[in-house]
Amino acid sequence: MTISSIKVPDVGEGVAEVEIVVWHVKPGDLVREDDLLADVMTDKATVEIPSLFAGTVVDLGGAVGETLAVGGVLCRIEHAGTGVEPEVRNAAPAGESAEAASEPSLVKPKQEPTPDIASAEPPTVQKTAAGIPSAPRPEGQTPLASPAVRDRARRAGIDLRTVPGSGPAGRITDADLDAVFAARSTPPSSASTRQRKEGTERIPVIGLRRKIADRMALANARIPHITVIEEVDVSALEDLRATMNDERGERPKLTLLPFLAAALKRAFIDHPEMNAHFLDDEGIIERHNAIHLGIATMTPNGLIVPVLRNAETYGLFGAAGEIARLADAARQGKATREELSGSTFTITSLGPLGALATTPIINHPEVAILGVNRMAVRPMWDGTQFVPRRMMNISASFDHRVIDGWNAATFIQRLRALLQTPALIFMEDEA
Amino acid sequence: MTARACKVLIIGGGPGGYVAAIRAGQLGLDTVLVEEGAVGGTCLNVGCIPSKALIHTAEVFSDACALAVDNPFGITSAAPQIDLARAVAWKDGIVSRLTGGVATLLRKARVNVLRGRAQIMDGKTVGVTATDGTVETLRCENLVIATGARAQTIPTLPFGGDILSSTEVLALETVPKRLCVVGGGYIGLEVGTAMAKLGAQVTIVEAAPQLLPLYDGDLIKPVARRLAALNVQVLTEARAQNYANGQLEVMVGETRELIAADKVLVTVGRVPHIHGFGLETLGLDRNGRYLAVDQHCRTSMRGVYAVGDVTGEPMLAHRAMAQGDLVARVIAGEPVVWDKRAMPAVCFTDPEIVVVGQLPTQAGNAGVAVFPFAGNGRAMTRDRDDGFVRIVFIRESGLVLGIQAVGAGVSEMAGEFALALEMGATLTDIAATIQAHPTQSEAVQEAALKGLGMALHI
Repeated sequence: MTISSIKVPDVGEGVAEVEIVVWHVKPGDLVREDDLLADVMTDKATVEIPSLFAGTVVDLGGAVGETLAVGGVLCRIEHAGTGVEPEVRNAAPAGESAEAASEPSLVKPKQEPTPDIASAEPPTVQKTAAGIPSAPRPEGQTPLASPAVRDRARRAGIDLRTVPGSGPAGRITDADLDAVFAARSTPPSSASTRQRKEGTERIPVIGLRRKIADRMALANARIPHITVIEEVDVSALEDLRATMNDERGERPKLTLLPFLAAALKRAFIDHPEMNAHFLDDEGIIERHNAIHLGIATMTPNGLIVPVLRNAETYGLFGAAGEIARLADAARQGKATREELSGSTFTITSLGPLGALATTPIINHPEVAILGVNRMAVRPMWDGTQFVPRRMMNISASFDHRVIDGWNAATFIQRLRALLQTPALIFMEDEA
Repeated sequence: MTARACKVLIIGGGPGGYVAAIRAGQLGLDTVLVEEGAVGGTCLNVGCIPSKALIHTAEVFSDACALAVDNPFGITSAAPQIDLARAVAWKDGIVSRLTGGVATLLRKARVNVLRGRAQIMDGKTVGVTATDGTVETLRCENLVIATGARAQTIPTLPFGGDILSSTEVLALETVPKRLCVVGGGYIGLEVGTAMAKLGAQVTIVEAAPQLLPLYDGDLIKPVARRLAALNVQVLTEARAQNYANGQLEVMVGETRELIAADKVLVTVGRVPHIHGFGLETLGLDRNGRYLAVDQHCRTSMRGVYAVGDVTGEPMLAHRAMAQGDLVARVIAGEPVVWDKRAMPAVCFTDPEIVVVGQLPTQAGNAGVAVFPFAGNGRAMTRDRDDGFVRIVFIRESGLVLGIQAVGAGVSEMAGEFALALEMGATLTDIAATIQAHPTQSEAVQEAALKGLGMALHI
């Protein structure tokens, strides 16, 4: 038997360390080659690390939430390898380099009780299989089970090699799997729903969630927010959008976002102070000519902000296509680092969930953020009667250290005017 | 030029590629299938299906011929004639029905089929040159190589003229008077037998000491007997050299022989189709001359998969189909893995041979139980009681490791054999399953009973 280290691979992009997000194994587990060992996270991408060997997990390099350096030991696996693999670190006599010298000494104490490990394996297997009395099959022998049983086990994440078979010739039956499921599940919850409940679930804040938490805390701690909420009559804008969508043909469907991007581009001409970064540590405000529009996007893992770079260069349909692509990439975890950083202004929209008003938190070091609230038809007084109008609130927050209330208010009024009369957005020169 | 994007791009519309495409489409993946010729690949167009049509034609003809002479059924009949061109047209009708059916299934699964030739630029980009010469570039998230295999050539016997590959022999419109088959594997034997039944004088030249070198002698004996009855000459340990002036030069051991032949069929194996479309640029790992894949049909490059004959032996359509289905599910994120226990293989010789699982020669000191069709009523009533069913099993547990059979019509028993292995059946399971009487399947139950020491009819 050989004990080999699985090292944290170089995941590229100059990443030097990774955070352990999930362990898929624990010491004593049997793993196959290519079985997932752990998920680790770099800046915003999660990477799955597979096993290079088939064998038994000896120990883990750290707990969930800990960071490991690239090249560090993720975990160690005892396997029947020949020691030819480059990653293998068996207990050969002390090597030349300091690293090689230190590793065997790490391994050696474990190497001696190898016969014990072999004999200690059955208990591990027994435990996994919930103490069902049946001898597990010899190592390397394929478990015997019908395709349906194999499929059921796979979907439940059960490794059939750890399941004793009670059928003829050691075949694993559906009933054998039932026993594993029964042992897995917590005490039956057949009792009344009014049963008194105990216990607290402790959820580690790690990975993307921790990053979000850190960013939000930083923004809220440093930036004194002033939030302005204004109502906008978007009837004309919505008519325009509907017409354009009807005639779009093969082009992507227009959401509100491309219009907001276009309106912002117009508004920034008079309000360059809004498309800016406040580098508060240096005491510098950077006003940007390019508009890199961050678009807050909900993903299965949490909030991330893909960036529509150089929004000023897009037409409505071009922007719509690019925004859809970015959102898709973000949701599937495929967005590149480039696509997730460098925004100069951020839009946050919860669509139909958008509430009446919100108080958005600024995406530090930006100086403003535009929140879009739910659209609704409301009765509006036109001077003689109530008329139904499509109304939508916008809630924008500003960094009050560098944006005065008056600036914030005029910017919002400008935005409101553009959105209420969308033709203004597209006038080449309204002066 | 902007590249069209898709989730799955499959190169090759054979059984591996088209099944992957249909399944991927059903699973809602945006799928493009690139195929140069007709969908269906070797199997539907120039392989399994056309050869079975030819074999069936030959059997019908041979049965009719048997009725023209003294026969046990008391039937008198004139000597039959055959117009092979009509049979070929009938075969072509079946092929176009099947390929048309596949095209319909692809359409129903919303697969985008591109007629053209693929050129891989990188692991995510493929150029497709359509039949009209226009070039389109596609970007894909997942690339599936399903380019199949083609007939292996012998340098001294290049295809063309009277030297045929399996493709050309299946399109012959007249029966050659004298046919020499180089290569005694299953393709050579199937076509050679059919041609002999159609009236050709057939000689089979095999380099190994026996026909079907992968199988044991017991399975081959009934086939060899039938070949002899059909007047087929079999030369083993013989190497074909040159073909000139209607004569094939063959070295049998040290002796040089000249065999008169109007056509020479070369069936010495198939080579994976991995050159000429940019695959080399990916630098994928190889397994011998095939593409190396893991249990998810993944190649060594992320997002690049391979299925079917390019991944090696056994080169069987049903293996490719199972891989195609698997690969689509893998891409869709399902937790599936290649864990098949049984891979049935059938030789449509006369009699037919079915092999599933381990042969006695491969299974060490396993138990072997054989039941001959001579003890089976149904086989006798079909006037074909040659052959047997054989079960290979672990002595201690009775676990079935392999089932083989040789006999007329046994190809339809392949499913039963495969099911038994896939389900992990023991001798007891098979012995305790009632078989309908009178059927040839009773021989399977009897073989299991014999393995348990409790045979009834022997």
